[in-house]
Amino acid sequence: MAKLHVQTTINGEPTEFLCEPAETLLEVLRNRLNLTGTKEGCATGDCGACSVLLNQRLVPSCLVLAAEVDDKDLLTVEGVATGATLHPVQQKFLEHAALQCGVCTPGFVVAAKALLDRNPNPTEHEVRYWLAGNLCRCTGYDKIVRAVLDAAESMRSVPA
Amino acid sequence: MSERSFTYVGTRPIRHDGLDKVTGRANFGADFALPGMLYGHIVRSPHAHARILAIDTSAAEAMPGVKAVLTGREIPKTDAKIMMAEGGFDLGDMGDNLLAHDKALYQGHAVAAVAATSPEIARAAAERVVVTYERLAPVMNVDQAMAADAPILHEDLVTKGKPLPDAPKRTNVAMRMELRRGDIDKGFAESDLIVEHTFTTPMVHQGYIEPHACVARVGEDGQIVVWASTQGQFIVRDACAGILGVDAAKIKVIPSEIGGGFGGKIPVYLEPIAIVLARKAQRPVKLVMSRDDVFKASGPTSGTRVRMKIGVKQDGTIVAASASLYYEAGAYRGSPAGAGAMCCLASYKVPNFFIEAYDIVVNRPKVAAYRAPGSPSSTFATESVLDEIAHRLGLDPIELRLKNAASEGDQAPYGPKYGPIGLAQVLESAKNHPHWKAPLGPNQGRGIACGFWFNAGFNSSAVVSLSGDGSATVVTGNPDIGGTRVAQALMVSEELGIPVERVRPTVADTDSIGYNDLTGGSRVCYATGMAVIKAADDVRDQLRARAATIWNVKPEQVRWDAGRAVLVEGAGDQPPLTLNELAAKMAHTGGPIVGRAAVNPPMAGPGFAVNICDLEVDKETGVSRVTRFTAIQDVGKAIHPSFVEGQMQGGAAQGIGWALNEEYIYDEEGLMQNAGFLDYRMPVASDLPMIDTVIVEVPNPLHPYGVRGVGEVPIVPPLAAVANAMRDATGIRFTDLPLSPPRVLEALGHD
Amino acid sequence: MARIFFSSGLAPYTGGVESIDIDAPRVEELLRAVRERFPALTESLALMSIAVDGVIHQHPDYVSLDANSEVHLVPRISGGA
Repeated sequence: MAKLHVQTTINGEPTEFLCEPAETLLEVLRNRLNLTGTKEGCATGDCGACSVLLNQRLVPSCLVLAAEVDDKDLLTVEGVATGATLHPVQQKFLEHAALQCGVCTPGFVVAAKALLDRNPNPTEHEVRYWLAGNLCRCTGYDKIVRAVLDAAESMRSVPA
Repeated sequence: MSERSFTYVGTRPIRHDGLDKVTGRANFGADFALPGMLYGHIVRSPHAHARILAIDTSAAEAMPGVKAVLTGREIPKTDAKIMMAEGGFDLGDMGDNLLAHDKALYQGHAVAAVAATSPEIARAAAERVVVTYERLAPVMNVDQAMAADAPILHEDLVTKGKPLPDAPKRTNVAMRMELRRGDIDKGFAESDLIVEHTFTTPMVHQGYIEPHACVARVGEDGQIVVWASTQGQFIVRDACAGILGVDAAKIKVIPSEIGGGFGGKIPVYLEPIAIVLARKAQRPVKLVMSRDDVFKASGPTSGTRVRMKIGVKQDGTIVAASASLYYEAGAYRGSPAGAGAMCCLASYKVPNFFIEAYDIVVNRPKVAAYRAPGSPSSTFATESVLDEIAHRLGLDPIELRLKNAASEGDQAPYGPKYGPIGLAQVLESAKNHPHWKAPLGPNQGRGIACGFWFNAGFNSSAVVSLSGDGSATVVTGNPDIGGTRVAQALMVSEELGIPVERVRPTVADTDSIGYNDLTGGSRVCYATGMAVIKAADDVRDQLRARAATIWNVKPEQVRWDAGRAVLVEGAGDQPPLTLNELAAKMAHTGGPIVGRAAVNPPMAGPGFAVNICDLEVDKETGVSRVTRFTAIQDVGKAIHPSFVEGQMQGGAAQGIGWALNEEYIYDEEGLMQNAGFLDYRMPVASDLPMIDTVIVEVPNPLHPYGVRGVGEVPIVPPLAAVANAMRDATGIRFTDLPLSPPRVLEALGHD
Repeated sequence: MARIFFSSGLAPYTGGVESIDIDAPRVEELLRAVRERFPALTESLALMSIAVDGVIHQHPDYVSLDANSEVHLVPRISGGA
């Protein structure tokens, strides 16, 4: 079967690629587009390491067919910072030492950004339940939750 | 040493590699690609136990896009050894594990491999490999393995150590060992209370989020380059050399960033296969495990059965203990049963004891190290029995432990006397911690437990080099799993006075640094740190000599003080020279300044920890939640406290998962039922509260800063801390982990 | 004279002897003397680390001993991490 031609926008850039019908978005990002920041932890949608935003919605890219993103808007971890300015979530992760091996970090950064885009003042409970789809084996989540709460606070205190 | 005040050590700078990790730029094992690269796929046994009669690869080889196919025939079983950490390590089993020869010994055992131009073609080709098996009955746990008529995994297996006198010759018992002291019959006879239980803990996986991955390239001249996610690039190099019969000098291993290891990325599973495929195809080959492969074909840790019997006086003084430990080794010998035996009583003064430990092969994946291997399971038994004793005698659980706590000069169960240790200190800290006195709500219980682990030494090399602008690089050979690079930069800063942002830490490949043993064993800040400090001191001595050259005096007349060379009293009155000034003049005063060190220190003194766990049990659903958790540990010296806390929190979370929900579930045919993160249920953020940590520092006299090591002890106490909290909440002593909802409901009487 | 202790688990190989004093400058010479005295211990020795005055050495051959050194045989901790 011939490959499919997909046109989409990734991190603000118009992007096009060819893919097999059965290829997942995760496979295309990593193997065809050299966007290896999004990680594969399980390929069954259970670990969140492959989290991306698809039309601003948090999805596991291993459960999205690459063909589905035609004419849509994608954000991966590579697009979270603005030029040389880190997103507050990224900055707070560094300050709080909220990463140890760092492989789950891209997924958490995308997921946390999605949370704060919707809910600028989450409680600890809300942060924990929003991030329940992102597995981390190194940190026990303590510093991750603190970093996200701190990022929320710093974003609220920036004048609009 | 405990009086020394530090300028940089103990601060919390942002780690140097952090920016790449929060932006997705950092390259892990599967993030690497080479031109012309092929994708490998491994054919794995669907059976738990089977003879391999034939492998027909012709259909796979004929597929367009398939460039190489491999079976165990091409990697013959070897008797080579490598000098890995603790000594000569026999590669024969590792070689047979990574590609089977005569038998498939567990579901998932690799039997063949293909390399093709796309992952899809590789997968399809793997399905076209036809393997003819003769199925055999599997043994799936220690009881089945030790039964009189048990199927035998290895006909040539001989029980090492101290087998029982009447033990059968054909056996699945790979090792039996004993530790004894005093006279337990007399001790138990003198006891006022004896408590004995048999405990089981499940096989669990380290659960690192990044699956194993590597890329291998073989040149026309046979030179091999491997990019791998590993805890030890030198282990990968030497194991590949031994298994493939190749000179280690022909292999370069570049460690990628590593997405978790916990001991599970010490063994070699993929690299020799990738190398042979790459050699056959004359193209680079990438091999990545799927999550399913990781569960079924990498090394989890042993499921265990532990019988523990402790006798005490009325006032709680321990008089005698006896234990039998049965550990699953998986398909090849080598469980941590011996370590489990050495650890289970290590926290206490026990005048009479008898411990026997068995290493037993079963048709499960070969177990690998998992954070303090052996200790969590046996400690679970000890700490549960002590908890029971405290309940029955009406004694405070902390006081009971303090009364019996080992301290400096006491003899460890495995022989030598303890040097300075922090057990009493962590117990006192727990006693005075607000958590211990906080009120509990309905259906809540509180449990406490101690834990012990050794801290390894082993080989480390380090090089510290200065640039003309006074910045420095520090190069070592330990993959950074938890923040050790920034700790090493802090040590260089401390010795030389260079701000930590001007020190660049690097983890080097096998060509670029002297030999290094693995990252693991809680050893990097201790042993590699020792090498880093010595290399920095070498730089410092060279800087003193350079200043002496400039001043035209002898080096002994120059001392180093907070980043400057200073003339000693009476040697002259020139003003001090800063490091930056000396670095700028390197070329004039002798050339580049490069400091080096290589160490192989003995084991650091052991680490002790105490955990306090509050658990809330829903008696209608059997679901339990940790509502509060405090981890207190003696780490000797915390170089970067945030990452020390991180180790304590991460280990606690793993221990909580082990206690509450994680287990390998098999059917009667030995096939794993829950090889995915949905049903192999590790803790997520909504399962846990904040994990409070208290760092205690009883300096380790063997390290210049007192570093003891932190990484492994954290996983030891949580199993019993959680189970003891469950006992407090429900009145029921659970002896079998995990405390999953169905088990809890059944025990509570609601089926 | 360094004193080397044999745990009860090693009793079958030492005929129940719990410790002996040996005049040896380093661990290597000490172990050679031990192997000569108790040949049955040779295989077990290969599987052990050596603790000298409480410090466990995994590569102990050339560690110095003094007149009062206390030496214990410690099973190697396998598993690596």
